[in-house]
Amino acid sequence: MQNYLTNYNLPDNKGHFEEYGGKFVPETLIPALHELEKKYLISKKDDLFQKELSTLLKEYSGRETPLYFAKKISETLNTNIWLKREDLNHTGAHKINNALGQVLLANRMGKKRIIAETGAGQHGVATAAAAAKFGLSCKVYMGAEDIERQKLNVFKMNLMGAEIIPVHSGSKTLKDATNEAIRDWVTNVENTFYIIGSSVGPHPYPMIVRDFQSIIGIETKKQFKEKTGKSLPDRLVACIGGGSNALGLFYPFIEDKVRIIGVEAAGKGLNTEQHAATVTKGEFGVLHGAASLILQNGDGQINLPHSVSAGLDYPGIGPEHCYLKKINRVEYVSATDDEALEAFSWMSKMEGIIPALETAHAIAYIKKLKNVKNEDIILNLSGRGDKDINTVAKELGIHL
Amino acid sequence: MNRIRNLFKKDKDKLIVFLTAGYPEINSTEKLVLAAVESGADMIEIGIPFSDPQADGPIIQKASEKALSNGITLDIIFQQVKSIRKKTNIPISLMGYYNPILKRGIDRFLADCVVNEIDGIILPDLPYDEGKEFCNKAKQLGISPILLVAPNTSNKRIEEISNLSNDLIYAVSILGITGNDLSSKKELIKYLNRVKANSSCPFIVGFGIKTNDDVKWFNKYSNGAVVGSHILNHINADEDYVLRANEIINSLSKSS
Repeated sequence: MQNYLTNYNLPDNKGHFEEYGGKFVPETLIPALHELEKKYLISKKDDLFQKELSTLLKEYSGRETPLYFAKKISETLNTNIWLKREDLNHTGAHKINNALGQVLLANRMGKKRIIAETGAGQHGVATAAAAAKFGLSCKVYMGAEDIERQKLNVFKMNLMGAEIIPVHSGSKTLKDATNEAIRDWVTNVENTFYIIGSSVGPHPYPMIVRDFQSIIGIETKKQFKEKTGKSLPDRLVACIGGGSNALGLFYPFIEDKVRIIGVEAAGKGLNTEQHAATVTKGEFGVLHGAASLILQNGDGQINLPHSVSAGLDYPGIGPEHCYLKKINRVEYVSATDDEALEAFSWMSKMEGIIPALETAHAIAYIKKLKNVKNEDIILNLSGRGDKDINTVAKELGIHL
Repeated sequence: MNRIRNLFKKDKDKLIVFLTAGYPEINSTEKLVLAAVESGADMIEIGIPFSDPQADGPIIQKASEKALSNGITLDIIFQQVKSIRKKTNIPISLMGYYNPILKRGIDRFLADCVVNEIDGIILPDLPYDEGKEFCNKAKQLGISPILLVAPNTSNKRIEEISNLSNDLIYAVSILGITGNDLSSKKELIKYLNRVKANSSCPFIVGFGIKTNDDVKWFNKYSNGAVVGSHILNHINADEDYVLRANEIINSLSKSS
């Protein structure tokens, strides 16, 4: 049973979700975080800013995205499955919601240089697009390993004028790209805006990213009511890496009597060392500027996560998710690589929608549902699967 | 007796040497600390390697990676410090990231510091606002928490930070990470004077310091200079690194 909330009002003014969150960064970044928070809170209440953002979301990204009734899947499962089609956004995923918001903020703060980290490349592509549109220089840090796995997105970012900086340190993946982006920011803090791609990092980032992604849940609520006449769905489901698409859908429902489920990547299994199920298996710690749950060893060194989906392949998680788990508001489950791959094919065949491998984890949860009759379940279809075609083909033993 | 407080009562140029524990070899820590003492270091910072050192440049990143692959752990570091303490009375501070300390447990970590006679602790990712509880606990146990200030830290905040630290603060010379190049001297002087005017305790300066001239210059405007990356950049497991460290630190510490 989930614990429903009233008057949810976090983070507090220090950026904490009780013991989670905060600002664990070198002193050099403290003034920049203060400035960002101040400018963000002003912009949040500024009608002009909000209007500019909503126009951009509409005309540049193509919002609102449909809330689509997945008829065949619903019939098969004997329940009502609704897909929030974030995959139909410009650049192919929910990431653009946040990238546009932060680029607008950067513009307001007079920062001409944008940096970002990226794992699967979706956030990098969204940031590159937004930076190109606003004529800002854009550097994207990406692990050398991920560059190899996600060549298509690297090419796209280059086309849009972003410079990709390969990161060769550590595990050469998202966590190392994030370290390198932070180092760049510390060095160039005066003219640089760091666009973080998920609801992670030091305060105010988890709050800012959540707020910019909340458009997902706000639209969903309205659309669901219009389509069904009912006031609320029964369940929400989303995949979780850092947790931004999930929070975007969940947050506007946080005080409603709706069951909420986050699906993490169990990789090769929760009983192996190769997974990215941070909420399920992580322990309290500090990484990339925030206190949260982290995959780490007994000596406090960060463990390398594993997931077939590069976007979930991260050893940390947003602090707000840690809190929502602690107070039992959101239920966190997981799906393995194999389950996600199966769900990927299933959704493609059943509905003619090729989802991102990240999203496929949430689909795997739906696919396993048994004896759920006549519920209305909303799944955040966070991104499309074009970028994953090579990975999936390889997993299926097919040479393209 | 707090060795850090005693050291900074003395009116002399001070060289603080940073070494990564377990680099270049797992058992090199003691040899290098003793070499540094012999070559004229006034205080030692022992770096606790972390898998994700976000405030460090490539040299210390590589040293940390090597040390971790050598098998260094906090347990081993405390054993090494215990042995070092029997041979020298130099002030020793541990420098590292917050996560390994949280994982060990703050109280247990501080108790280990007390038993092994650690004098100070520097945690670049535990700034003032998040670090109050940790700093107060450390102070109660007679350990100096050494907080950092940067060129963009306000005067008021420098004062607050120095009040919380109490014995010593660490001024980062540049906006950036360890090993980066120094900015213009004019700006630096302005900044260092600002730290001096607003800090209620002595301060040392680090990041990008490489030569004997640098060390002397920074001592004119502060209470001591930290050298780390430059030393680690020139030592490796394939040569007589103790001899090499001796040469480098000797040249850094010479007074004329």
